[in-house]
Amino acid sequence: MCATCGCDSGSKSTFYLLDNDQPQHGYIQSHSHGHDHSHSHSDDHLHQHSHDDHQGLLHDHSHQHPHQRTVIDVEQDVLHQNNLLAERNRGYFDAKNILALNLVSSPGSGKTSLLERTLNDLKGDLRFAVIEGDQQTTNDADRILATDTRVLQINTGKGCHLDSQMILQAVQQLKPAENSVLFIENVGNLVCPAMFDLGEKERVVIISVTEGDDKPLKYPDMFHTSTLCIINKTDLLPYVPFDIEKVKLNAKKINPHLEIIELSCTSGEGLPLWYEWLKSKVLTVAVS
Amino acid sequence: MHELSIVMSIIEIAEKQAKAANASVIEEIELDIGTLSGVAMDALEFAWQQAVKQTMLQDSLRKINRIEAKAKCLDCDTEFTIEKYDDACPACGEHLLNILQGKELRVKSLLVS
Repeated sequence: MCATCGCDSGSKSTFYLLDNDQPQHGYIQSHSHGHDHSHSHSDDHLHQHSHDDHQGLLHDHSHQHPHQRTVIDVEQDVLHQNNLLAERNRGYFDAKNILALNLVSSPGSGKTSLLERTLNDLKGDLRFAVIEGDQQTTNDADRILATDTRVLQINTGKGCHLDSQMILQAVQQLKPAENSVLFIENVGNLVCPAMFDLGEKERVVIISVTEGDDKPLKYPDMFHTSTLCIINKTDLLPYVPFDIEKVKLNAKKINPHLEIIELSCTSGEGLPLWYEWLKSKVLTVAVS
Repeated sequence: MHELSIVMSIIEIAEKQAKAANASVIEEIELDIGTLSGVAMDALEFAWQQAVKQTMLQDSLRKINRIEAKAKCLDCDTEFTIEKYDDACPACGEHLLNILQGKELRVKSLLVS
């Protein structure tokens, strides 16, 4: 079983590394969520207390006593394993100076469109790699590949979120370059991904003006754990009853530290602000 | 339905601890779950019933301590109970809060034999 997600019961994650250099952009890797640590909990430490070699003293009261009841003070975070692996990912990203961003939103808010636009516009300035997360298909990865960016698709099967173990495996295959930006596009879901740290530097939540302006109030966990909120599809504002000031107010009530950028991937309005934000987060390599 | 993942993690933690203590039965498990932990209790219950089958937690008594969320206003230092992230400070109406407790999600203890 993987670190935290219960995805061992017939719902394996699948990893597809897409590569333009491969003929018909073949899926050169399709290994199924490895789990080479298939620890079967097989009681390999079978009740050591047989008392037989207590310095040769054969006190053979032959283990009749019933097991004593003991209280174990565990005090362990349930997401401990996920958080440990997330920190490990974070350390790797820091060492390689990779800016890892976790992009979260409902399905259809425009995460992939924002990435397409960004990759095309900034590919001369920054180096990028992308991890795509979806239940099924490599459709999103195909779109990213068309921008000539290195991309790996994770299919979570039945899973509703990415976890740090998946990112660890994905990064081992994707091998993002040093001094690059790694976009992790999470599964479209405003609930579950909130709880799973992937080791990202920043979490970016995206909503679009075709959604309700009470979304931050309805899905507070995601807005509380994000550092940047992008309001997408602003070109549609004249056609929808979306109160942009209200959504900003609602988002700020949940998370007063949240930065907010309004933009449209279609018209390009607001994109410079997002690019500026992105570049401000990229660490420049210290020149000695 | 990330509650299934949560339950799977709880089972893993509990079995690991119980086996390390050479125990064969987990009689009781005590969990701390804060009201802002992001766990839906009915979804947890549903996932629990399915997931604990054929594990050491199958027949364990489960105790859940619901931890009420508390926050401190960063403007006027008032401490108060909150139900939602967007609750305002009852004293000054500000939203700039420091969450003091309520995000807990942990296995507190096990009673094993």
